Amino acid sequence: MIQSALSGDLPRSRILSFLLLAIFVALAFAPFLFSGSQPINTAAKICIFIVLVASYDLLLGYTGIVSFAHTMFFGIGGYGVGLALYGWGPTWTSAGLGLAIALVVGAVLAFVIGLLSLRVRAIFYAMITLAVASAFAILAGQLSEYTGGEDGRSFRVPPLLRPATVLFDVPFLGVRVDGRILSYYLVFFSALLLLLAALRIVNSPFGRVLQAIRENDFRAEALGYNVVYYRTVANCLAAGMAVLAGAMSAIWVRYTGPDTTLSFAIMLDILLMVVIGGMGTLYGAVIGAALFILAQNYLQKLMAIASEATASLPLIPHLLHPDRWLLWLGVLFILSVYFFPSGIVGKLREMERGR
Amino acid sequence: MSEPLLSLEGVHTHIGQYHILQGVDLVVPRGELTVLLGRNGAGKTTTLRTIMGLWPPSRGTITFDGQSIGGRATPDIARLRIGYVPESMGVFADLTVAENMRLAARLGPPDAARLDWIFGLFPALKRFWQLPAGLLSGGQKQMLSIARAIVEPKALILIDEPTKGIAPAIIEGMIAAFKELKRAETTILLVEQNFRFAASLGDTVAVMDDGRIVHRGTMEALAADSVLQTRLLGLSLAAHQ
Repeated sequence: MIQSALSGDLPRSRILSFLLLAIFVALAFAPFLFSGSQPINTAAKICIFIVLVASYDLLLGYTGIVSFAHTMFFGIGGYGVGLALYGWGPTWTSAGLGLAIALVVGAVLAFVIGLLSLRVRAIFYAMITLAVASAFAILAGQLSEYTGGEDGRSFRVPPLLRPATVLFDVPFLGVRVDGRILSYYLVFFSALLLLLAALRIVNSPFGRVLQAIRENDFRAEALGYNVVYYRTVANCLAAGMAVLAGAMSAIWVRYTGPDTTLSFAIMLDILLMVVIGGMGTLYGAVIGAALFILAQNYLQKLMAIASEATASLPLIPHLLHPDRWLLWLGVLFILSVYFFPSGIVGKLREMERGR
Repeated sequence: MSEPLLSLEGVHTHIGQYHILQGVDLVVPRGELTVLLGRNGAGKTTTLRTIMGLWPPSRGTITFDGQSIGGRATPDIARLRIGYVPESMGVFADLTVAENMRLAARLGPPDAARLDWIFGLFPALKRFWQLPAGLLSGGQKQMLSIARAIVEPKALILIDEPTKGIAPAIIEGMIAAFKELKRAETTILLVEQNFRFAASLGDTVAVMDDGRIVHRGTMEALAADSVLQTRLLGLSLAAHQ
């Protein structure tokens, strides 16, 4: 059953299986395992980024397409649901309609960008996507009458998902089950289903063609595969998944704005997560997203503890000062690329093969 | 000579500012193995790539089975049941041998009897069926590349220097495989530099120089004429033995 759910694409490493299981359990029971708002926010962000990074890996890792427009699709999802809930009221119909419009807009944009520019060389395609994404971000900022401009829009979600909604009178496992927890599980199960769907796609005959195109597009053409068609479909699928990740983010944060969905910094984070986890493997998206977001949220705290613990030593407490967390995050990234050039997943699988 | 399956008339191909093919006239008879010989840089690989549509011809006509295919998109040409084995082999290294074969089988999953026939030609492929193709040796990759081209019955197979960098023992196996393909009356256009290999298989031969065909005839006649070999190729068959 597990093999079927994972589309036959098993982790193929004991350590990796353990890590994935640990992440799955931690995310599945996050509201009951951890107290406070930061852990559940972190868990939800990991779920959202697993989908976003997996969708980007579908492009970069499986098809060999370098795109910088992925946050644009994330933003379309966020704005689609957010603006619909803001403008048409906090109902499921508004959210559904907003999502449907966002999916159509995302797919059409991905189709047009793909069809017009996937024939050009990779570097030119990357530049085109960068230009389109920048134009979209500027547009979202300038159409302030509709989008809220740089301030974005805060909105209310359907009543069932609001923190004030209590589902059961008695706490479950010591936790009050409210709309916030329901929101979390909406995000969690959506992420799980989308990841399994992505696994199904990459392990299908269609996914094998994408991998063949990534490795040698001329050869794939000579076997009779229309490379532009397959790349365009992959582009649309990845865009669709990114739109859904954006919608999940909007539902969870109850806000949409350029900084949270369209920023180029998010694009860089996605790239780092893909590289750290391992390109061309969806499990890499899980590991990369979990590690990166945990580091983003907890490295500063860990460094504060380490700095205090080494207070009596010279220099080290200064190096470990929490304000320098970005420096250490950079160091961690360089070390991971140096020691795991094929990503953590690639390295763990190599180790398993070498046993 | 049988009726032509493929013919090129006055085909010119430019790659950037370079004029590579300068009026190629070539006929590939149906059911025969035609060898395209010539020194490095004569335009042999460009001829195959032009036939496959990977580089569009700038002038001339390419006719396959009665229809013009010059300038058509590569996938459309491949769908006419033309198999192509490039010089670089082009195996998909991250995919298994089985997945490589399945990708090449465009009409559906590979036929079991056909696979058995291929395993008979290239036994190593059966042994490494579930192994990533990137882990195969050079010779095994070449076998896979050829096997992919014949996983389904093809009207024509274009093969570019299959013996390049391959160990002599594997070349012997390859000769046996090509003879088997010939027995099945597969039409093959083979680009080759190894004259002994080419002479043992070819029915007809064309020799290229400077982007043109400078000699056409039977392989038997060329193999028997060492003066002609030396004039066309700079080296006779005797020197290869």
